Amino acid sequence: MTSNTVPTRFPKLLAISAMLAAFAAPTLAQEAIRIGAFLSVTGPAAFLGDPEQKTLETYIEKINASGGVLGRKLQLVSYDDAGDAEKARTFAKRLIEQDKVDVIVGGSTTGSTMAAVPLVEAAQMPFISLAGAVVITEPVKKWVFKTPHTDRMACEKVFVDMNDRKLSRVALISGTGGFDKSMRAECLKVAPNYKIQVVADETYGAGDTDMTVQLTKIKNTAGVQAVLNPGFGQGPTIVTKNYKQLAVNLPLYQSHGVASKEFIKLSGDASEGVRLPAAALLIAEQLPDSDPQKKVVVSYKQTYEGKYKQDVSTFGGHAYDGLMLAVEAMRRAGSTDKAKVRDAIEATKGYIGTGGVVNMSPTDHMGLDLSAFRTLEVKGGVWTLVK
Amino acid sequence: MSAQLTQFLLTGLTIGAIYALVALGFAIIYNASHVINFAQGEFVMIGGMATESLIQLGLPLVPAIALAVAAAVLVGMALERFAIEPARGASATTLIIITIGASILLRGLAILVWDKKLHTVPSFSGDTPIQIGQATLLPQSLWVMGITLVIVLLLGWFFGRTLIGKAVLATSHNPVAAQLCGINVRFVLFLSFGLSAGLGAVAGILIAPITLTSWDVGVMLGLKGFAAAILGGLGSGVGAVVGGLVLGIAESLGAGYVSSAYKDAIAFIIILAVLFFMPSGLFGKKSPDRV
Repeated sequence: MTSNTVPTRFPKLLAISAMLAAFAAPTLAQEAIRIGAFLSVTGPAAFLGDPEQKTLETYIEKINASGGVLGRKLQLVSYDDAGDAEKARTFAKRLIEQDKVDVIVGGSTTGSTMAAVPLVEAAQMPFISLAGAVVITEPVKKWVFKTPHTDRMACEKVFVDMNDRKLSRVALISGTGGFDKSMRAECLKVAPNYKIQVVADETYGAGDTDMTVQLTKIKNTAGVQAVLNPGFGQGPTIVTKNYKQLAVNLPLYQSHGVASKEFIKLSGDASEGVRLPAAALLIAEQLPDSDPQKKVVVSYKQTYEGKYKQDVSTFGGHAYDGLMLAVEAMRRAGSTDKAKVRDAIEATKGYIGTGGVVNMSPTDHMGLDLSAFRTLEVKGGVWTLVK
Repeated sequence: MSAQLTQFLLTGLTIGAIYALVALGFAIIYNASHVINFAQGEFVMIGGMATESLIQLGLPLVPAIALAVAAAVLVGMALERFAIEPARGASATTLIIITIGASILLRGLAILVWDKKLHTVPSFSGDTPIQIGQATLLPQSLWVMGITLVIVLLLGWFFGRTLIGKAVLATSHNPVAAQLCGINVRFVLFLSFGLSAGLGAVAGILIAPITLTSWDVGVMLGLKGFAAAILGGLGSGVGAVVGGLVLGIAESLGAGYVSSAYKDAIAFIIILAVLFFMPSGLFGKKSPDRV
């Protein structure tokens, strides 16, 4: 830049900055804390993203009504990735570079989360994922945290219950979808730790309409004592119905993937006696008053169901936990400085959320243990807590 | 061992009857227009979903079924009138692509009208399994097989004995000649879309208590039904039924005796083998060379 151009540019620059200041001034005094989110609100994973989006909106509104965080309001910047990992990556980039958010809560699926991980790591952006797979926090990534339980924990919870019932020879039947495959692999991996022997391992296709063949094989397998169906979608319901049709008189375990009232409705009488691991949210009102989670889950359930007139889901709960972990960390850090917030999230101890009691550490960016899951059994057409 | 085999065969017959019903729908439209209607699976979905929501509204089972079938017939006729008819004269390939588009549209509409959840229709006569030797069968399976049989007989009578059925067959052989004989070719096409939509809906309703139903239930069933129709010979009613049953039993025996992971592969290998040696399917007419 030569010196003779400066005088001509200078007034222009001044004018622009004066204008900017005039616009910015009212908001600058208490600029909002920007919470970024990319969720699968539509598309095949909409059952995850839809309640997550609603939860974030509801609770950000609530937090703002009660004075915000650090004296500042929260502002949600949310994008719909429609379950597409490529879109998720683009939106994560936009949140970091254009929207300049302070923290990202989101990534409804493991695929969309993993697509954003390299970006948040490079940008040093605190990121709380709402997806399930173990790979998100194992190995630990400095800036990445997650709120949901993993499928490995679900397997472990089932195996603990089997140990209690002295069942050790187990048959697996699972689908070929992503959820089913991942959980089946985790179950096979941790089974030896609980002295569980997998004596049969059957699969079915995603659109299959009948599993009596696989179940007949399992029924005729020598020495089998229980059946576990790590599954998702309509498969587990058909398995449960066929199970009753064939009168397989062995304990049947389902996964947290079908932990909902709907499973009982679809399976009818056949679901009687089925057990599965589930988050406390599903049986909020049934929890004993002494349960530390009771207050949180009942309050979340009533808020959500009261506002949206639809059944609460654990997925929305994951978003609640993600938002609260971020907000608490900002309060403890006393700032929105990204490094300080990250350290504060990692130092979370004894946070009671809908998913369980969270104790983070530098080696554990999920912070949940097996107590986060409850073993439930269908009795008289409703989920009941197995004591 | 034989108890196990009986169970596999019963399962195969039930699944096979379902495939057969879907395959019949393909056969009817193919007969009338040489179009393979890839929206056939969506008719199956509409039947099941509409019945479920009508039952939720408080209607008894029978009127709900009747209304659901009527709704599907209307959708089928609308599809013909507004999507196929305007493209009249286009090649069969173009029309097939239109049906693929229609199937995507219908699935999208189903999400809007209903939702993305799974639904179920109560069994027609309870869920108490029937014991056959050491194997078991659900009463609903008997409904599926029985109604499939009735429909096959009715269709045989319709195409072989009634004037209108013969008009459909004539149109399929040579539309121009049929028109010259005074057959309303456009009406025949309209009718066959309505008929096959109704058939698809019946299939969807019969199987909903066994397999559940949802907005995308038609995708896989449509594909399997298509495979069954090809196996039996496109356009042949008997072929569709035999193709469906062979496919169902092959899948079930494959899963039972080889591996459940390769179940679909086994079924498709059989189809490939049949088509390799009998390119027009088990019961397909050898296409005569035109002079």
